[in-house]
Amino acid sequence: MFNAQPDRALDVSGLGKRFGARWVLRGVSLDVRRGEAVGLLGPNGSGKSTVLRIVATLLRPNAGAAAVNGFDVVREAGGVRGQVGYLAHSPGLYDDLTARENLWFAADMLGSPHAAAEATLERVGLAHVAGDRVRGFSAGMQRRLALARLILRNPRVLLLDEPYSNLDADGVALMNSVIAGILRSGGAALVALHELAPARAMLKRTCTLVAGRIEAPSPERASRDQPVPIPGTD
Amino acid sequence: MAWRDDWRRVRAIARKDLTTELRAKVGFNSVVALGVTILILLGLALGPDAQALRNAAVGAVWLATLFSGVLAFNRSFQVEIETGALEQLLQYPGPRWTIFAGKLLGNLLFVTLMVAIVVAAGIVLFGVRIPAGWPALLGVLALGIVGLVLLGTFYASMASRSRAREVLLPLLLFPMLVPVLLAATTASKALLGADLMHEAGAWIRLLAVYDVVFFIATFIAFEHVIEA
Repeated sequence: MFNAQPDRALDVSGLGKRFGARWVLRGVSLDVRRGEAVGLLGPNGSGKSTVLRIVATLLRPNAGAAAVNGFDVVREAGGVRGQVGYLAHSPGLYDDLTARENLWFAADMLGSPHAAAEATLERVGLAHVAGDRVRGFSAGMQRRLALARLILRNPRVLLLDEPYSNLDADGVALMNSVIAGILRSGGAALVALHELAPARAMLKRTCTLVAGRIEAPSPERASRDQPVPIPGTD
Repeated sequence: MAWRDDWRRVRAIARKDLTTELRAKVGFNSVVALGVTILILLGLALGPDAQALRNAAVGAVWLATLFSGVLAFNRSFQVEIETGALEQLLQYPGPRWTIFAGKLLGNLLFVTLMVAIVVAAGIVLFGVRIPAGWPALLGVLALGIVGLVLLGTFYASMASRSRAREVLLPLLLFPMLVPVLLAATTASKALLGADLMHEAGAWIRLLAVYDVVFFIATFIAFEHVIEA
């Protein structure tokens, strides 16, 4: 039984994941409290995306446990899916549908009215191309549309995988305003990043993954009690 | 109400799949082209004997449907995998069976459209005379399509995460479809002829039972198959 703390939106303990014979995560423990965003840093292949995908219930861990607002990601996956909004590295859009059709589809799946989808398109600055097929969109526009779909979910916990990639300055500001809005309403965010710069203002603390392990001041769960500060900030 | 939410999700997935496939054109066109090409090739192989062509018509149509169907089933999950959309689809709240039901409904409509063209081509190319009992023939066709699409959609979801999915799907699917093909072709042949042995009814019942059994089995198994 996972013993979730009431102030923690996300609680990961001793997480391990193996692909074939290769362990890509070993004993990863971290937490994110309500109202805060935590950065998950690390080089390519360090396991950042795997952590996010496990928390998003897209992968099952081989060891350890994780919970989102008290819902166990394995045993209560349905509950977790109602809490999280996962922005993957790939936008996951349908190229032959228009921007509007992509969002209407998301709205139908979520039980939201189409009017909400239209308002979200306006918010992310894609209303003028709502009737265009996604196939012709730039990577940045696809990112904005994926963000619109995320906003539509109204998640309590954001799981963001390289959220700033392909975004221009306005896009970065938009992304940060979305994250800030979720945090203000008592939500939380775990953000996997290569570069800290665009997210610096948003993150309360960071932890670094190296070769599937949290690089933190030992012991194992030190990242919980002794948050690693962002270099150059108080 | 929960069932309304589930039905809305099912419709949304089916509508999205159909729109994507019909708009992409390459999907529908290639599937139909394959079906008609198979009919033409089989017609050429059988030669000019009109009676031999009529006798082989039912088998030829079902073979063309089977091969074209495999192409369609593969595509229905290929779009999700290639764009990374499957992960997003799995992230939506609600029961997983709604994803299967949506895919199933989309494939049913798509394959029915494809079969309508293949059957029309078969009637023309093989010189089939439409019998008085054609509604029963349509019933056999419908039951056969349901069996084909049920297993095709299920095994396509199973093979979708494999890199060898194009090879894996027919290997998994064809042996399981032997009863459907046998029952559908035998019943159709009986209905096209005089059905002197009164055998059509038994084969139609077998088709119906097959559909019911695999409808229940695939819906139960899908959640386990689609989980990572």
